[in-house]
Amino acid sequence: MEVIPQLVVSTILLGGLYALIAVGLTLIFGVMRVVNFAHGEFLMLAMYAAFWAFTLLHMDPYLTLFVSLPLFFAVGWVSYRVVMRPVIHASHNAQVFTTVGLSILLQNAALVLFTADAQFLRTDYYTVVLRLGGAVFNLAQTVAFVIAVLATVSLFAFLRWSYTGKIMRATAQDPQVASLMGIDTGRIYALTWAVGITCVGAAGVLLAPIYPVYPTAGLQFVLIAYIAVVLGGLGNMAGALIAAVIIAAVEVIGSYTIGTAWKEVLYLMLFIFVLVVRPAGLFGQRGAEALGT
Amino acid sequence: MSAGMQPPDGFQLEVKGLDVAYGDCQVLWQAELDVRKGEIVALLGPNGAGKSTLMNTISGLNKPVAGSVTFEGKRIDGLPAHQTVGEGIAHVLERRRLFPFLTVADNVLLGAHNPRARASREETRQRVEALFPLLKARSTQLANSLSGGEQQMVAIARGLMARPKLLMVDEPFLGLSPRMVDEIGTLIKRVRDEEGISVVFIEQNVELALGLADRGFILESGRTILHGPSSELLGSAEVKRIFLGDFAY
Ligand SMILES: Nc1ncnc2c1ncn2[C@@H]1O[C@H](COP(=O)(O)OP(=O)(O)OP(=O)(O)O)[C@@H](O)[C@H]1O
Ligand SMILES: [Mg+2]
Repeated sequence: MEVIPQLVVSTILLGGLYALIAVGLTLIFGVMRVVNFAHGEFLMLAMYAAFWAFTLLHMDPYLTLFVSLPLFFAVGWVSYRVVMRPVIHASHNAQVFTTVGLSILLQNAALVLFTADAQFLRTDYYTVVLRLGGAVFNLAQTVAFVIAVLATVSLFAFLRWSYTGKIMRATAQDPQVASLMGIDTGRIYALTWAVGITCVGAAGVLLAPIYPVYPTAGLQFVLIAYIAVVLGGLGNMAGALIAAVIIAAVEVIGSYTIGTAWKEVLYLMLFIFVLVVRPAGLFGQRGAEALGT
Repeated sequence: MSAGMQPPDGFQLEVKGLDVAYGDCQVLWQAELDVRKGEIVALLGPNGAGKSTLMNTISGLNKPVAGSVTFEGKRIDGLPAHQTVGEGIAHVLERRRLFPFLTVADNVLLGAHNPRARASREETRQRVEALFPLLKARSTQLANSLSGGEQQMVAIARGLMARPKLLMVDEPFLGLSPRMVDEIGTLIKRVRDEEGISVVFIEQNVELALGLADRGFILESGRTILHGPSSELLGSAEVKRIFLGDFAY
């Protein structure tokens, strides 16, 4: 095993997963101007969904994906109607309290239903590794990466070229004018929220075979997603992708050279440094944080 | 005034006794406006008179406290904006307000989003492109890279894509060169003459506005204080008082 290729491979595999988590968050922020503090809890729920489907029904996590994508879309739609719609035109404070409240609710529901014990989803192929050149790939990580990239690319293509994607971008850029075009912006917000939750739902299922599941499991990942979103420039989807890979690189290289315990310190230092130097994020433009590009 | 003598059903759009407030701050008191089919009507008044507020209330962006808005015989006050456009009213907001990071073509495409317009989108696009050749030339450019005059044209074109029976334009001439003012003025006339669409527009320059419009409505401090045919208003001492009072010093 050679060091440099291995670091590159690990960075890319990790970055792909972080990107999928961050993309849902930045989509919701870009269109709705809402920071979803419950994003990590939807991730946690998806990890549990994969875990229980595997444990009770012996469903392979990648098979679960076919069920969990529509399921999490529905979960997203319903949670928008019930929780977010009443505050969509309210102050940012009201929205923050709402999503933080939702996060606490979901964490505690998971605690009651599933206990605080960490659960492990161990597939037969958990230990399978692939070798290419000097690098070793864990199979589960590789599959997760490939699916995460496919999902992210589809989302980008959808936003860029589909008619509905154009409506979502238009609503992000000027909701008032969008409504004058006949666009029901309330429906677009529901759709955006549901698509964002679907992304993080997919990420959760992909993470389940790799990481332990417990009620606060979402927090560690979503912290990274928040950093990626801000580093990339609020609402800038491509920026969030690049930032996710940068964070993964800092984590992988930092863990290798200094020690695993330091990884959070390192990327948070990077985060603070970027905020000091470029408050709008690496790729952000002041005032242009709408989902434009 | 002559407008008052028309039977009520002679109007395509009729706004009566409109009160509008932002929170506790009332800005329109008993505002009036009416438009006949195929007419060009100017809405005039000094800054802060409430012209934009009146237009926004017609299109459903604001909700009135009291009064009525009737369009083609149907009460539309209280309808949300995304439904008003389906009734046949297109509204081009102050400062053009194109979707800045969408292309010109996509801006125009979304203009036809309402169900009434979507079915005949391609046909409408060809007609609108005939009026605005610039749409074809600039179709792949991002809207925010156009000049002010070009943006105004795209904004009006986007409004026409909705297949409106009435087009409302808030300050179409703001910040444009005299040549561009002429060009937009000519386009507004052609929209009425060739497409039969009625037009209401807001403009602060009395001579420019009444030179283009058939009739004018003048708002001052939230009230409709005067209306009538352009020729009548141009000669009126009252109009001189209001507008010279604002601009003489
Ligand atoms: N969103 C708002 N919230 C509170 N007050 C508002 C709002 N919009 C407008 N106003 C107030 O309502 C009054 C009328 O504003 P409006 O924009 O309708 O005037 P206007 O005639 O279009 O002026 P201008 O010629 O400057 O565009 C003003 O006093 C303005 O300050
Ligand atoms: Mg105005």
